[in-house]
Amino acid sequence: MSQKVLLNATEVHIILNRLACQLIENHEDFSDTVLIGIQPRGIFLAERIKKLLTDTYKIENVKLGYLDITFFRDDFRRSEKILAANKTQIDFVVENKKVVFIDDVLYTGRSINAALTAIQSFGRPEEVELLCLIDRRFSRHLPIQPDYRGRQVDAINEEKVKVSWVENEGEDTVYVINT
Amino acid sequence: MSELSVKHLLGIKYITKEDIELIFKTADHFKEVINRPIKKVPSLRDITIANLFFENSTRTKLSFELAEKRLSADVINFSAAASSVKKGETLIDTVNNILSMKVDMVVMRHPNPGAGVFLSKHINASIVNAGDGAHEHPTQALLDSFSIRERLGEVAGKNVVIVGDILHSRVALSNIYALKLQGANVKVCGPKTLMPKYIESLGVEVELDLRKALQWCDVANMLRVQNERMDISYFPSTREYTQQYGVNKALLESLDKEIVIMHPGPINRGVEITSDVADSGQAIILDQVENGVAVRMAIIYLLASKIKQ
Repeated sequence: MSQKVLLNATEVHIILNRLACQLIENHEDFSDTVLIGIQPRGIFLAERIKKLLTDTYKIENVKLGYLDITFFRDDFRRSEKILAANKTQIDFVVENKKVVFIDDVLYTGRSINAALTAIQSFGRPEEVELLCLIDRRFSRHLPIQPDYRGRQVDAINEEKVKVSWVENEGEDTVYVINT
Repeated sequence: MSELSVKHLLGIKYITKEDIELIFKTADHFKEVINRPIKKVPSLRDITIANLFFENSTRTKLSFELAEKRLSADVINFSAAASSVKKGETLIDTVNNILSMKVDMVVMRHPNPGAGVFLSKHINASIVNAGDGAHEHPTQALLDSFSIRERLGEVAGKNVVIVGDILHSRVALSNIYALKLQGANVKVCGPKTLMPKYIESLGVEVELDLRKALQWCDVANMLRVQNERMDISYFPSTREYTQQYGVNKALLESLDKEIVIMHPGPINRGVEITSDVADSGQAIILDQVENGVAVRMAIIYLLASKIKQ
């Protein structure tokens, strides 16, 4: 197994700032917008984006929730891996709000497909956008594309893209791992 | 661990502490789901479940049916009163006929102890025991422990007394297994005539004095007197039973601490528990009912994940 660094900490930070600015361009004061981090790994990115919006760009009252999609996945009983759930925490209604899904890696699009179903349990959003740090091009199973992307990557199926965060792995780095 | 060690839930006797922890962790998520504006998830959309009730039930049947529907399973219901069982069909024949209709899971209540275990040796579908005679009622015990954990933080180390008709109660047996497995201290309390002979061999203490039992415990699980299972008279009168083993507000207020009151239902108000206790903040009876749906969703979800396509 070999791995190479796709993005180092500086590059990750530049990209996060750009993504935050792109969000501000489209959502201004975020009064009708809610951020939803997709469990399990999208929540780190979502928290970072929220922190940037609040601390650096001084936007108040940015709403952030976590959405777990385990019970909405389409591979229940089809995969050898047993699906374990994570916490969903959405303390606001999404009815008529602009929802921004945030996930670290967009691969087949099936997670986002599940998230689109799952979010309906919390109301009918006015619109849903997708922000991801890494967009794995040419690997989509469904017609789902990001509205905000950090970096587009052409990785083959045998390769894995792993995003590490200071919060859980001690560093902000994106790796491509050859399995 | 993210998988149950068993294919069926026949009784608490057959599962592990880790299984219980996994069920509770999953039930936490389902409890959040059933408090959403839309309380349904699509996980089991290609699973069919048969609810076979060979004995009367209201809340267990409704709770299972709701749990199954909230997981998007297809559900068929069967009750013995309106079936060919009355015409002399055997249990295996009845179930095999239902399974021929491509059913993946069976939830069964049966008056005979061991009916679930017997069936598990003859059919392929996953079985959930929803009560077999005076033997086990595992989902009730799990939702009881889940409710204790919710109210008191954890089950381990807590003192729990089960009061009432221990002899005829499947809830008592399953609760004893579940509580002991999780490290709780368990006493049983009730008339000597309603106490099984070798109950101490399960690691529980017998306390015949209700006041002493309540003074000792953190949680009192009040059971109903199961008149329908009594062929002889086990105590002189209901009035005398209530005087000795009924819990009322005055008794609770005379204790040094506030204990948690549970009841698996149906309640005989004024017999084992008075209305002011049942409706008080100390009682978590309706929480138990709500948790029942979440716990049953977790059990069905985890068992269904083991049914391969």
